[in-house]
Order: sequence, then structure tokens, then C-alpha cells
Amino acid sequence: MRIGVVTFPGTLDDRDAARAVEYAGAEAISLWHGSDDLKHVDAVVLPGGFSYGDYLRCGAISAKAPIMQSIIVAAEHGFPVLGICNGFQVLAEAHLLPGALTRNADMHFLCTDQKLVIENNKTMWTNGFAVGQEILIPMKNAEGNFNCDDATLHELESEGRVIARYVGANPNGSRAAIAGITNKRGNVVGLMPHPEHAIDLLTGPSEDGLTFFTSILNAMVK
Amino acid sequence: MPKIIVEVMLKPEILDPQGQAVAAALPRLGFTFAQSVRQGKRFEIEVAGEPTPAMLADAERAAEEFLANTVIESFVVKVEQ
Repeated sequence: MRIGVVTFPGTLDDRDAARAVEYAGAEAISLWHGSDDLKHVDAVVLPGGFSYGDYLRCGAISAKAPIMQSIIVAAEHGFPVLGICNGFQVLAEAHLLPGALTRNADMHFLCTDQKLVIENNKTMWTNGFAVGQEILIPMKNAEGNFNCDDATLHELESEGRVIARYVGANPNGSRAAIAGITNKRGNVVGLMPHPEHAIDLLTGPSEDGLTFFTSILNAMVK
Repeated sequence: MPKIIVEVMLKPEILDPQGQAVAAALPRLGFTFAQSVRQGKRFEIEVAGEPTPAMLADAERAAEEFLANTVIESFVVKVEQ
């Protein structure tokens, strides 16, 4: 099983994402933003960072990169994509996921270990969790405030497409304390906090994050 | 030379913490006239010669697809001398 990890100019967490992919037992394949070649990978991770320096809007320029044009077409046909932090912003800007990630309500750059509750374990990236399971993974962002209109929120809630919500005080003003969502098909997932930083107790607050990466292996084997 | 101007603003219902922070700082500097502040973006686009209707139509499309995120932002396209 080959999982691509995309590097944009300004990506930070591609190495940790690749490491998480390999911890889960898959082969991590580096993909470059400037090429439209998906190198026959079975799934893709868009990692965190500050691609294009967050110029224009977070993820806006990356969403127009050549690799994204291939990913958009593939994702519309069921190809699995996980966007973490800046990757979630890219997915929203690419309209693979609804809504937008805006400035945190209190203007702070948040850097903390964040508790989340998993609410949907039907997606390709969350099938290893139990619904209601609480996980602890790092979060670090300034634009993690999930925004959408009422109709979109209603659609997300009624279709069970919120995959994870913040537990406790809402850290950044996200609507309905949303930390992550999925598309209708469950192949595209965006998550603001960072599961790739929580795969080993040596470096992370838990090993909870690894389940996102083992979930995709389960999904592909089925 | 006239330029094409694209102005982008967060929609009124979207929280603008940057504008709020600016509004909070103004009175500290002695500027008490402002009731609220919202911060936006302005793109000044030079073209060869006078902007044509076709160029303005392209600018509209560029604003819709790229310069603004219409989930959270609105925009206006105009020409300035």
C-alpha cells in the first residue's frame, strides 16, 4: 500500500506525516506540488504547514497547484485524501470539503495538546475509532476557526459528516466546535489538529493519531 | 494608467478578529472616532493599456475563483484612474 505525502513550498509536517504512514505499515511516497503525477499511490495526505506562506488565504494558492488538480479529479472518484491543518485549509479552498478555516476567534496562535471526540467512524480515515472515543493530539494553528453558513452546517450535522469535535472549551471559535469533517462519500477528511504528531509516546501526548493512518490501511484492504 | 481594482472583504456575518484588534488599538492611540473596523484586501492590477470589458470579465472570474473565497468573502471589481 502506497500513501502519497504532498510537499508544497512552506509545508512543515510532511516528514512527520510520512513517518506516521510508515508506522502504520504503508509505504510513504513523496509527491511534489509542482507535478500532476500521483505516482500510482493508493491515497494521499496533505500535511500541515504554511504553504505559500499562507499568502492570499491559507491554502488558497496550494489549492491551484498542479498536484491538486490530479487530486481533485481522483477524489471526486473516491480516491482517499486526508488533509491535516494546512491540508484541511487546502481541501476547503479546493472545494473538496465545504466551509472555510478563518482566524481563530481570539487571534491567538494555538499550540496545545487538544482533546477531541470522534463522531464518525465510517470514513476511510476514521474506521479504526469507536464513535464517542476521546483522543488527545496536538493542535497548532492560527486559522483553525471552522466557518460555514447555516445550510452547510445543517447538512454536515444531519449527514453525520462531522468526524471530530473539540472537547471542553471551544479553542478557536469553530462553528459547533467542529475539528474535522468529511465529504459525502467519506473518502476525503479534513482535520485541524495533528494526528501525525501523536503516533509514539516518545514524541507525542498519545498514540491516538496513528489510528487515522491504520484506518486507511483497513479501508483499502476491505 | 487606469488599473483594475479588486477589493475583497469578509462577509458581514464572518467574525473579523484582525479588524477587532485594530479597533481596540485605535483608542489607545487617541483615535476615538471609530466605532468598529473591518479589514479587507485590495488588489491593484496593471494591464496593457485601458482595461477592456473582456479583461474586466476575466478579473470578475479571477476574483470569484481565486482572489476571494466566496464562502466567507465578497468582492467588487472596478477601474481606477
